[in-house]
Order: sequence, then structure tokens, then C-alpha cells
Amino acid sequence: MNELFAQIFQIGFFTALIRIATPLIFGTIGELFAERAGILNLGIEGIMMLAAMAGFSTAFFSGSLWLGVLAAVLTGMLAGLLMAVLTVSLGLSQHVSGIGTTLLCSGLSFFFYRLIFGQPSSIPKINAFETVPLPILSSLPVIGPIFFNQFALVYLAMAIVPASAFILYHTPWGLNLRTVGENPLAAHAAGVSVHLTRYQALLISGALMGLAGAFLSMAQYNAYTFGVISGRGWVCIALIVFGQWSPWKSAAGALLFAFIDALQLRLQAGSLIDLPYQIFLMMPFLLTIVGMAMVSRNARAPAALLKPFRKEER
Amino acid sequence: MIGVRLERRDYTPVWLNLMLPFLAILAALILCSGLIAMAGANVFSAYAKLFLSALSSRFNLVETVVKATPLIFTGLAVTVAFRAKFWNIGAEGQLLAGAMAAAFIGARQILPAWSLVPGMIIAGGMAGAFWAGIPAFLKTRFKVDDVVTTLLLNFIIFYGMMALLDGPWKDPLSGYPDSPDILMEAEFPILLKATRLHLGVLLAALATPLVWALMRHTTLGFAINAVGENAKAAHYAGLNITGVMMATALLSGALAGLAGVGEVAGLHFQVMAGLSPGYGYTGIVIAMLARLNPLGVIPAALFFAMIITGAEAMSRATGVPVFLADVIQGTALVTMLIALLFNQYRLRWTKQSA
Repeated sequence: MNELFAQIFQIGFFTALIRIATPLIFGTIGELFAERAGILNLGIEGIMMLAAMAGFSTAFFSGSLWLGVLAAVLTGMLAGLLMAVLTVSLGLSQHVSGIGTTLLCSGLSFFFYRLIFGQPSSIPKINAFETVPLPILSSLPVIGPIFFNQFALVYLAMAIVPASAFILYHTPWGLNLRTVGENPLAAHAAGVSVHLTRYQALLISGALMGLAGAFLSMAQYNAYTFGVISGRGWVCIALIVFGQWSPWKSAAGALLFAFIDALQLRLQAGSLIDLPYQIFLMMPFLLTIVGMAMVSRNARAPAALLKPFRKEER
Repeated sequence: MIGVRLERRDYTPVWLNLMLPFLAILAALILCSGLIAMAGANVFSAYAKLFLSALSSRFNLVETVVKATPLIFTGLAVTVAFRAKFWNIGAEGQLLAGAMAAAFIGARQILPAWSLVPGMIIAGGMAGAFWAGIPAFLKTRFKVDDVVTTLLLNFIIFYGMMALLDGPWKDPLSGYPDSPDILMEAEFPILLKATRLHLGVLLAALATPLVWALMRHTTLGFAINAVGENAKAAHYAGLNITGVMMATALLSGALAGLAGVGEVAGLHFQVMAGLSPGYGYTGIVIAMLARLNPLGVIPAALFFAMIITGAEAMSRATGVPVFLADVIQGTALVTMLIALLFNQYRLRWTKQSA
């Protein structure tokens, strides 16, 4: 047993864990901004897919990875804008709008990828992001290689958690956003534009989902494939419930999920347990449902989540 | 400054009501024509290929109907679920559950030959119902969000299926992760000589009016609608919300499961990785275009089957990627949702003081 432990929990395991958690953190915090403003953004899976494609293609042709990241972020924001028009301005069903956005965005990502690259015999690849060791910090024992010898986007994800917690809880705009999600009528009475705030939240949400997609196709992997997201967006939505709509707890949930995912990858690779690899792939999804079942009874979503706001119909 | 405002309608003209899905599809096609132009093809010839190839020969016509069969079932499954506001995004997984049950029964000599076909239908329906029952149980018992669980369960069953196909269910004669073919006696009879028009098509055609009658003329149908309209009011009126939710989920899952049975027993005779290219998700688009009316599911399913069948031919002839079919589905769902707005609201041009 001890040997098994030693074999699994090496530094490489934790480095991988952080990398697996990174797109989940971007996605979860992105979704969090939308939900705290009262909008369930079920477009997440498709937005991540389209952004991953846009980022990869841009990097492929421009040779600039950061230009690719920018393209992914802008793509995400554009999709967030679509969600905003549907759910905020038009007040349509958030469930169906989100599924529609996901179907549309994933369809577009397949369409454009095929249009741009055709059906080549070998998958087009880019020179993906390389790790950026932080001076001094990266030479610390154990935590150095785990936390401080990572991709630049990993550092960004680490920074986004405290930043979003600060914005949501310690700035007037964050207070407004939370009020819009809890009691839009009160926010409106206090002179806050509910619609404008929700638009802003969905743009931020899309931008962060764009970063999640960019990370997957340009750092984690060096190519775009149709299965590049494979459910990660849906997992983010579960992580928010698990994290009780708090940035810190949701990010902790992302780390927990990443732990399970990294563990299954290790067990798979080391053939330490003799099971079909698909069972390992299934495990994180299964445990996500178990986790949700454990916390959902006490979960308290933002009160105005799923409710459209129409000024003229107060 | 002139602005636009949404204003509640007092009544909706009947013609508008019937026109909405057509307007939504028209809008989607106009929007998607931009993509065709981007691909460097002629919009009209691409659309002509997309729609007319399904109608171009007897063979293609039958193929379209065959393709529409699983879509009718998943469309009905989503219709029933969404009526109760049970957000079943898991028809895809329930379809796989039904397919797996059918393949399990159909490939083994555990049932007498005459009972194989009914046995597969019953087992497939039950498997789909079971797979939809899990999220419904979690929703009613633990308040777990049904959207997320139904979605995650799609991935779980897909990986589970692949594990079986890579291991115990793998056809030893095939190099691919496919299950062995079902027995000859288990295959759905063919209804039209020299085509693939199988019993499943008839089942889908029969299921549609049955689901319509159930939703329209039975207590359960009434309860499903009532819970969807206003769960609180339904509760105060004495309805057992938990029971209605569970019944909705089981019915919805069974319908989706039958989609899988038809694909295995009537078409592929085995389960394999590409069994469902997203029929469960297309079912959502179909249900919405049918305005959650079971009778509307058939034309909507035929329409999307036509597009899916025609996409290959369009791609070969014009070079437009086949995925245009997926984009049209997503766009049509969005435009339909917007179109439904005109059911309740009208646009009113207003003069605003700046």
C-alpha cells in the first residue's frame, strides 16, 4: 500500500493536478459571475469548445500564442453577448437558451475547424505554451515545481480566484452584481441597471470560459480535437453547486475534481489497477454526481437565478 | 430617438401560432447562408443539395424516414420531460441505455426466439426509464439539479458502454469495439422490401399519437402539464409532485430508450461507439420546434432527418462542411426560442426622449 502511495503521489502528480484544475477554475469562476448575477450560463460547454478552436486556429496561422488567447477570449465574449441578448434583453428561458448556445457554438467550432483545416491525414499542431518558472519561487522544494514552474495561464487562474472573490465581495460593483442576482427589484430601486450588470457578468463569464478553452487547446494540449472539452463545461456547473456559489469553495471543488482526475490518469497509466480505462474516465463524473447529491439539499442558489427581469412588469 | 419595446399581446392570431416554427427555420437558414458563402459555395445550390437529396430517390426518402425514427423518439422524450419542466438533457444517455439492453437481450439465447423482439422493446424501454429515473430520484430526494445530472450521466453511460465494448462485450470477430450482432430472430422485421424501413418506424409512428393522447386526455398528462405550469399551485391542488416528476422521467427515459432499441434491432444490429451522433440533443431542438406538442414532433424530426441525410451529399457536391447540419440545429433552437416570444409579445416602436 505504501509503495502504491509512493508511486502515485510524486511531484509530477501534483503538477498534473494543477494543470487539470486550471481550465476548470477558469470555467467555474466564469460561470460563477453569470450565476451570481442571476443567469445560468449553460452555453459553457459550447463556448469553451468554440474558444478552444478559435484560439488554436489563430495561433496556428499567426504563430502567436497570445494572439490565440486573445481570439479565444473575444470569441467567448461574443458567445456571452449572445447569451445576454437571449436571456437578459429578451428574457428567454435560460435553460433552453444555454443549450441552444452550446449546440450552436459546438456546431460552429466543428464547421470552422473543417473549413479551415479540411481533413488532413495528420492532426494540425502548434508549438504550445511552455512553462514559465518564476524566479526564486520555482526553486523552493516540492511546492516550487508544483506551483511555480507552470504555464503563464496557470498563474492567471491562480490569481483569478482571489481577484474574483475580492471583486464580488469587496467592490461596489460586486455588491451590485450580487444584489442583481439575489433581488433585482431592490437593485433596480437603488438605481443599479439590472440589465447592464447582467450583460457585464455574461461578458466576463464568456471571457473566462474562453480562457478555459484556450488553455486546453494551447497549453494542456497542442491541438484542437472534437473531444477537447468532453464534459468539462458541465462539470464546472456542478462545481459551483458543490462550492455553494463561493469563488473559494468552487475553486477548491475544482482542485478536488482535478485530484480525482489526476489520480485516475495515474492509475490508468501505471496499470496499477486492472480495469478498462473507460471506467477511470467515468470516475470523475460519477463522483461529481455523488458530491452534488451530498451538498445539494443545503445548497442555496442566488434567489433570482433563472428569473428574467422586465422593468415594465414589476 | 426611436426604440423598440416588447409589449404583451392580448391574443395571438392562429396563423401566427402555426407559422412560428416555419419562421424560425427560415430565419435559421438565412443566418446559416452566411456560413455557406464563407465556404465559397453557392447558397442556393448548397441548400438545394441539403434538402432535395433526401427527396431525390425512393431510397433516400426511405433513409430519411429511417433516420427520423430515433429523432421522433428522443423528440417525444424531451417533449414529455420539458412539459413538466424536468430538464432532461439526457435523452442521449437514455438512448444508449435502451440500445445496450436491446443488444444484450438480442445477442443471447436467453429468451425463446418468438419473444426476442418484444423482450428487446420492453428491456430497452425499461433501461432508458431507469437511466432517467436516477436524475429524477436525485432531484426529488436530494434536490440535485437535473440539468447537470442528466448531462453528466450521458458521459457516464458512454464510457461504461465503451468499457463493455472494449472488454466483455467485444465481438471477437471484429477488430473494432463493437458488440456481436444480435440473433436473426431478434432483428426488427422490414416493412418495405429492399429498404431499411423497419418495425421501429411503425413504433415511432404509433408512439406519437399515444403520447399525444396521454398528455391530452389522461390524468397523468394533466398532472405533468400542471406541474410544469406551476409546481407550487399543483402541490396546493393536492398533486404529488415527487410522483409526477418520477413518472415523467420514467416515461421520458423509456421513450428515449426505444430510440436506442430501434437503432440496434432495426438498423445496426449491434452497439458501437458511433451509435448515436447526438440524437438525444437533436431531440431537444425537435421538441422545441414542435412547441412541446407530440404531434409536431414527427414533422420536426423529418425535417432534421432530411438535413442530416442531405448534409453528406451537400458536402460532397459543394465542399461545405457537413457540420452545417449541426449549426442549423443550434441556430434553429435559438431562433425558435425567439419566435416563441411573438406568441406572448409584440414589437412596439416607441419614441423615447433621449
